[in-house]
Amino acid sequence: MPLLSLITYAPLVGALGILALRLGGRADDAKSAETARWIALVTTLATFALSVLLVAQYDSSNPGFQFVEETAWFMGLSYRMGVDGISILFVLLTAFLMPLCIAASWRSIDKRVHEYLIAFLVLETLVIGVFCALDLVLFYIFFEFGLVPMFLIIGIWGGARRVYAAFKFFLYTLLGSVLMLAAILFMIGVSGTSSIPALMQYAFTPEAQTWLWLAFFASFAVKMPMWPVHTWLPDAHVEAPTAGSVILAGILLKMGGYGFLRFSLPMFPQASDLFTPLVLTLSVIAVIYTSLIAFRQTDVKKLIAYSSVAHMGLVTMGIFAGNAEGEQGAIFQMLSHGVISGALFLCVGVIYDRMHTRDIAFYGGLVKRMPFYAGVFMLFTMGNVGLPGTSGFVGEVLAMVGVYEVSTWAAILAASGVILSAVYMLTLYRRVVFGEMTNPKLSAIEDLNWREIAIFAPLVVATLYMGVQPNSVFNVTQASVDQLVQVYRAAIGG
Amino acid sequence: MNAEALVTIILFGPLIGAITAGLFGKLIGDKPAMAVTTGFLFLSAVLSWVVFSQWTWGGLEPFTLTYAPFIHVGDFVSNWSFRLDALSAVMLVVVTTVSSLVHLYSWGYMAEDPGKPRFFAYLSLFTFAMLALISAADFMQLFFGWEGVGLASYLLIGFWHHKDSANAASIKAFVVNRVGDFGFVLGIMTVFWAFGTIEFAKLFPLIQGALGEGWDFAGGHFSLIDLACALLFIGAMGKSAQFFLHTWLPDAMEGPTPVSALIHAATMVTAGVYMVCLLSPMFEYAPVTKTIVTVIGAVTALFAATVGLTQNDIKRVIAYSTCSQLGYMFFAAGVGAYQAAMFHLFTHAFFKALLFLGAGSVIHGMAHEQDMRRYGALQKYLPITAGVMMIGTIAITGLGIPGVGLGMPALELGFAGFYSKDAIIHAAYEAGGGGNAVGYFAFFIGVLVAGLTAFYSWRLAFFTFNGHARWTSEDLEHHWHNRDHHTHDDHATDAQHETHSEPLPDAHDQDHHGHGHGHGHGEHKPHESPWTMRIPLLVLAAGAIFAGFVFHHEFIGSHAGDFWRDAIFNLPAEHAGEGGHHAPLWVYLAPLVASVGGLLVAAYMYIWKEGLGAKLAAREGILYVFFYNKWFFDELYQATFVRAAKWLGDLFWKGGDQKIIDGLGPDGVSALSVRVGKGAGRLQSGYVYHYAFVMLLGVAGLLTYAIWAWSA
Repeated sequence: MPLLSLITYAPLVGALGILALRLGGRADDAKSAETARWIALVTTLATFALSVLLVAQYDSSNPGFQFVEETAWFMGLSYRMGVDGISILFVLLTAFLMPLCIAASWRSIDKRVHEYLIAFLVLETLVIGVFCALDLVLFYIFFEFGLVPMFLIIGIWGGARRVYAAFKFFLYTLLGSVLMLAAILFMIGVSGTSSIPALMQYAFTPEAQTWLWLAFFASFAVKMPMWPVHTWLPDAHVEAPTAGSVILAGILLKMGGYGFLRFSLPMFPQASDLFTPLVLTLSVIAVIYTSLIAFRQTDVKKLIAYSSVAHMGLVTMGIFAGNAEGEQGAIFQMLSHGVISGALFLCVGVIYDRMHTRDIAFYGGLVKRMPFYAGVFMLFTMGNVGLPGTSGFVGEVLAMVGVYEVSTWAAILAASGVILSAVYMLTLYRRVVFGEMTNPKLSAIEDLNWREIAIFAPLVVATLYMGVQPNSVFNVTQASVDQLVQVYRAAIGG
Repeated sequence: MNAEALVTIILFGPLIGAITAGLFGKLIGDKPAMAVTTGFLFLSAVLSWVVFSQWTWGGLEPFTLTYAPFIHVGDFVSNWSFRLDALSAVMLVVVTTVSSLVHLYSWGYMAEDPGKPRFFAYLSLFTFAMLALISAADFMQLFFGWEGVGLASYLLIGFWHHKDSANAASIKAFVVNRVGDFGFVLGIMTVFWAFGTIEFAKLFPLIQGALGEGWDFAGGHFSLIDLACALLFIGAMGKSAQFFLHTWLPDAMEGPTPVSALIHAATMVTAGVYMVCLLSPMFEYAPVTKTIVTVIGAVTALFAATVGLTQNDIKRVIAYSTCSQLGYMFFAAGVGAYQAAMFHLFTHAFFKALLFLGAGSVIHGMAHEQDMRRYGALQKYLPITAGVMMIGTIAITGLGIPGVGLGMPALELGFAGFYSKDAIIHAAYEAGGGGNAVGYFAFFIGVLVAGLTAFYSWRLAFFTFNGHARWTSEDLEHHWHNRDHHTHDDHATDAQHETHSEPLPDAHDQDHHGHGHGHGHGEHKPHESPWTMRIPLLVLAAGAIFAGFVFHHEFIGSHAGDFWRDAIFNLPAEHAGEGGHHAPLWVYLAPLVASVGGLLVAAYMYIWKEGLGAKLAAREGILYVFFYNKWFFDELYQATFVRAAKWLGDLFWKGGDQKIIDGLGPDGVSALSVRVGKGAGRLQSGYVYHYAFVMLLGVAGLLTYAIWAWSA
């Protein structure tokens, strides 16, 4: 079986195994649940191993699509898969985070364990599919179906206001996807093909581009999320279980950025150029507006969720800068944010599992009882603040460098984010970890256990390695990004 | 061993120490962790002096050693590297010397602290980041070191993290520095898009070709090089605590005193000066920015000195003194006397570290009391500390014999600060004579501040060591018995709110303090510090005495050309170091006269008419209140920036997100749909299935359409 499909469907196989286990036994069978956990962990680890193999075999000097699979599907449609320098590392990121999510849910999820794990494994298949699909119809299917397991994860295993949160998620996403569907129909009708590589060569008229761009923008902007369609994210995060937040922030948000890079820029270059001021404006607002909101939050998860919106603002700016620095910065920032925000949500999960509250004021002085936790949390706090030496810095600075060429004003305002992120993150850290431990309920709180250390260790390594050796990422992405930039610049005549 | 290998060991030794102590400190124990970090630092210090002497006398050539690529994206190229030239050679010895002595000193000073491995790991981590900063060959590594030292500073200011005041101070330091870095990053971007490179070696030759070029920035049109330099200088202002961005430095005194000596006096805060000197090939072509640098430096020197006159916390006086001395260095750089700025940086490192560590010795001996109003007559109890503090005070106040005017330069003789500070003041005067009006401005402020410096420095010395004791052994006993309290309740009424005492470790460590101090439960008297603290004091005292005398030929004298080679660039017309003997005699005597004047006033107020100072303070004159409250900067920033951020945050959150966006969007629709779909049930059975249904419908529609389109 071809490698890409193997990676994509391997989690599905694991999900079927767990389903069989579930159907063969009782729902509350603890032993069966334990077996299911192990199946899920082994499946996701195997998927990760395969994706490492994929990256190792990838020829980074070739900017085009590789590992391409193309077969006739049903009803005259084609099944097309493939990866290039822009998508391949998102596959790796997804496969990297999934086993950590399974491990993080090991004890904290104890009801409907089988269903929970199935949801995660199906989600993995669909998300990897999004990054690998080279056919519009296939992409749409993966893209839209991917939200179903996420709804379930929030709606079933979520917190008290999960219905409200899932409803918001639903409403925003529906709006975007209806418009995107219309755009896809139009594109296929006009060009006569649904092949993404072919559509990247196809020149839509400027007028068509404008409408198509807006339709795709509606969908991707919600996913990113961009201001002002971001308000579903804080609620979704707050209600989602820890692992759900990790996947949401770590991977699902990146589908929006990936969409801009895969569709908006190469297929609608004139429209992208036309709307760059709009995107920059919304992004700048996102950076400053949500950073200031994050500063005022009293809920740990909400604060980090707002911080995600601010960080994604830099990504959209970098993408629409339309130069190598901007694109590389945006891609790197997405990968880095996947690791760091995932790790931050896991950090919240650690104390939530112990105390069952996300109220910042409840905590304080944790360092006294949890020195390891304090150290790990500090590292990811600094990563989120964009300290050089962590991965958070590289993407941030490159995206800003890219934007500077297009608009110094946008760069100045985006750079003010470096001040604001320090304000809200350090304040959060101080209130949770430092100070006197005044809450007697915390007096017996325990430091990280071995399972948690094993979850954080790869994230720590990734954050530091990408921070010190970012070039190992750029080496993979460079050829494809350069081609993207070249084609884009030629198309807009710049 | 060749110089490449030496600098590599110098750079990475402290990192290895930091990792060992930081990760395995618990495992290997306190003493091994301290020994590893201190050992690597002394190794680095010795090797740094080897490299420095090879540079100065051994004809070592400048080189850049590249370790690995960092970021290579298009022309945005940065490498992990080590750049050795005169500037980095000077910084190497400054950083490693002070750092190794501070490591050693901390054995004594932190003896009772339960977090020793963490403390030493942070100190070594700081040293590594500082070395990475000074050895950078491009802007990205410079920025890495720049923010890395900021991180170490943040961690060390907040080292006693159970104290709210320490946590507030550490965040303030980080955030104010970030304001500077905001400008720094924009400066780097301007350089990159203007010149297509961020590597110094490629950048500097391109500068001359860009003279007269303009640049559009933030809607305005500016001279390119002036704009780039001004933005970069904002970064320097943050790191070096210059006027407007200075507010974090006094608060940084919340950190343990060895930290204040190393980071907030001798090394990190001088990074801004170092950066301006390093970028002299750019700044020389940025006349407007140079004027800004001069004015900001001079104003900072004056501002900080005036505040220093009135403070009662021994560490805060020295902190404002540091701020003020950094102002000297900046206005020296601003008038083009980069060599003098670097020289003052070099000598200042010795005498300011000495003063801080001396203050630490006093604090240590006085049971962690920091309020000078509770000192007095300590000379008898702390003779060595008093002696070295005297040396430091002479050095900073610049007492010496100016040889000029007697026609015999060889007679010139004085402690370290005498050479470097006078060189700066002369350079400012000459720049004034050369047509640069702000030169005269800086000169007059320089002389005035020399007098103020002498006053507050001698005030500190006399207030602490002379006069009558304003403490009793009961006070000290009280301190020792309240070791686990972090504030001193009995002082709450009269001690000013900004005077903080360093906290003491947990109560369970009380059993151990006996052997470290020799103060059991008998009579409580101030006591001299252990040898681990005395040795660094004596070494630094030697530096404070000789650093100026030994090296002034290299830094600013006849050998300066050979010493600096191409590391510093001066436009010929503005060379401040040459023709240094044209100024009239009074220019040479003015700083000395001011300094002696300050000494006499301090002696009058604090020895001959002891108590006069307190009486004057009690009258609360307008100037006194203004100075004492630090020109009300904290209050101003609190009332504007902090309040605005909170207000806007709440407005956007509750007004923007909740009222407008959600109110018109999802909540409005939701209210509607709840009315319609009441009883649709729980989420699992409701919305998700709706959604899945709509989506399936979508996919079906898509397929239908596709088939129809293709079959047509």
